[in-house]
Amino acid sequence: MQHVSPVREPLVTGGKTYHDITEDVCRQVEAKPNIRWMAALSVALFFLGIFFYSVYRTLWYGIGEWGLNKTVGWAWDITNFVWWVGIGHAGTLISAVLLLFRQKWRSSINRAAEAMTIFAVICAAMFPVLHMGRPWLAYWVFPFQNTFGSLWVNFNSPLLWDVFAISTYFSVSLVFWYIGLIPDFATIRDRAKGPIAKRAYALLSFGWKGSAKAWSRYETVSLILAGVATPLVLSVHTIVSMDFATSVVPGWHTTIFPPYFVAGAIFSGFAMVLTLMLITRVVFKLEDYITIEHIALMNKIMMITGSIVGVAYITEFFIAWYSQVEFEQYAFINRATGPYWWAYASMMTCNVITPQLVWFRRIRYSIPATFILSIIVNIGMWFERFVIIVTSLHRDYLPSSWVMFSPTWVDIGIYVGTLGLFFTLFLLFAKFFPVVNMAEVKTILKYGVDNGPTYTANHNHGHQVAPVHQPVAPALPASAPVNYNKHD
Amino acid sequence: MTKRFALGIFDDEDVLLHAIENIRAAGVKIHDVFSPYPVHGIDDALGIERSRLPIAAFFFGLTGLSFALWMQIYMLGFDWPMIIGGKPHIALPAFIPVSFEMTVLFCAHGMVITFFTISKLYPRWKVPVMDVRATDDKFVMAIELKDDASELSRLTQLLRENGATEVNEKEMTQK
Repeated sequence: MQHVSPVREPLVTGGKTYHDITEDVCRQVEAKPNIRWMAALSVALFFLGIFFYSVYRTLWYGIGEWGLNKTVGWAWDITNFVWWVGIGHAGTLISAVLLLFRQKWRSSINRAAEAMTIFAVICAAMFPVLHMGRPWLAYWVFPFQNTFGSLWVNFNSPLLWDVFAISTYFSVSLVFWYIGLIPDFATIRDRAKGPIAKRAYALLSFGWKGSAKAWSRYETVSLILAGVATPLVLSVHTIVSMDFATSVVPGWHTTIFPPYFVAGAIFSGFAMVLTLMLITRVVFKLEDYITIEHIALMNKIMMITGSIVGVAYITEFFIAWYSQVEFEQYAFINRATGPYWWAYASMMTCNVITPQLVWFRRIRYSIPATFILSIIVNIGMWFERFVIIVTSLHRDYLPSSWVMFSPTWVDIGIYVGTLGLFFTLFLLFAKFFPVVNMAEVKTILKYGVDNGPTYTANHNHGHQVAPVHQPVAPALPASAPVNYNKHD
Repeated sequence: MTKRFALGIFDDEDVLLHAIENIRAAGVKIHDVFSPYPVHGIDDALGIERSRLPIAAFFFGLTGLSFALWMQIYMLGFDWPMIIGGKPHIALPAFIPVSFEMTVLFCAHGMVITFFTISKLYPRWKVPVMDVRATDDKFVMAIELKDDASELSRLTQLLRENGATEVNEKEMTQK
């Protein structure tokens, strides 16, 4: 008998047992790749091909292949960089911030969201590295003494802070993600039939056995990693915003940038998580784990951060007027009514108006509406970065150097190419790694469901046969009060 | 060295927690408990002490902070001083971001490496697992068997009384 709480919604629907979770998540890791996955991978690989060709053109002929000019020295590259880094932030937010806030619903989505973070940061890193023009000298950004003397890097520059921020963020996210994967790799290893799979997952699982002491330390490590990753994720986008804010370009030189960029990052990140999760749950039949409640909750976060971004747009305008700086005022009027008005209008429509639709319950709980909304938000946030960068640069203090920027096909090729890179990595992840954190979902299985499902279910799936006696009733019923110090 | 273990298999975490308490009260030493997920309260029941990893993490973080400050002050202040944007050579406010990032970097990686080392986790070809179901849906309690013929049946009885659904004997080569 199961008793379902009238107050709390269960986090996992469908009356699953622990074994069902293992089966459901391991299914696509163990099964042969299906046609839809192969088709998706082919499309992603095609775009990856475009990426490699565009990168080859950039490296062979130089940055002149891009549409940059002497006035607009940063355009699509940094737009895409900031966009991708921002997308990455939702993963860390789900895995770290929501862990600290004890939001148990995060468990079903944190694995895929963190994978998204890592792949998004890889895509982001492509842009500054390629913008260098000579990426084989990229190690110059690290504090090595160069060959001409004892000259060091400039620690006063926000661009160098970015180097430290992005590399720390990437490596810490990677470790956090991997630590979470270890127990699940152990599960797959113990189920694996083929010798290659057994060996491979044994290597990946680092010899995890699930002993009580290891779990105890594991939880300590997760909690501290979450504790350090939370300020880290805020610092990364703050520093990215300082690339702009510490300059004196009108439209960039504003103190609102750090919080506004962080909110924007979470906004676009949650939009991308929603896009990916809505596809993943259908393709891998994970509707019982990534429930409609999850989608509604993510929609709410998207709406809140979208509103913060909207307030920031209006505040920027107000401050430009209030500051009485004519260059600042012109920059903002030019954004809204100048030659790039269409980019500004797209940004406003996608980021300020559409997320407000989430106030309607029917939209919040509707899968097609959420899917469309999430894509609109991603487009809008791309335009936001484009507006900030290009409209501020193309007309600044010196009217004689005012120009327009238009991308070349190499610009476009690298951008859609990174989308191909991202989806190739994500599809490979989804095939060979467990998409849902099995161990963590097992801990929340009884949430809202009394007298847990495993206790009544009797699974004997043929690993070993019970050797002794008749089963006897347990000494204590499962519902008896437990006096142990349960931490939450 | 080969050791023999009695493995009590449990289906439910609450039954397991009571069983641990009762079996320890009966004077039996539990070798280890394996579970598919972290069971809350098991630390108290098994008497596992609180990990000192947070202390290690703090000192790793402190090392990172000191290193970052030393690096920036030495490089820009002493080894090759340059005037950049009219700022002083040792511009501490400008050093905050890098110092923070290095603190996090050292703290996170130092702690994770420590965790892997003390838990003896490293990549290996074969893993000696007591019962493969412990990573799926069962909770496995391992009790080491000494050379007493009646010990297994006595432990079987005890584990059964405390809610184990099956009891197996397993030989393990400990490395």
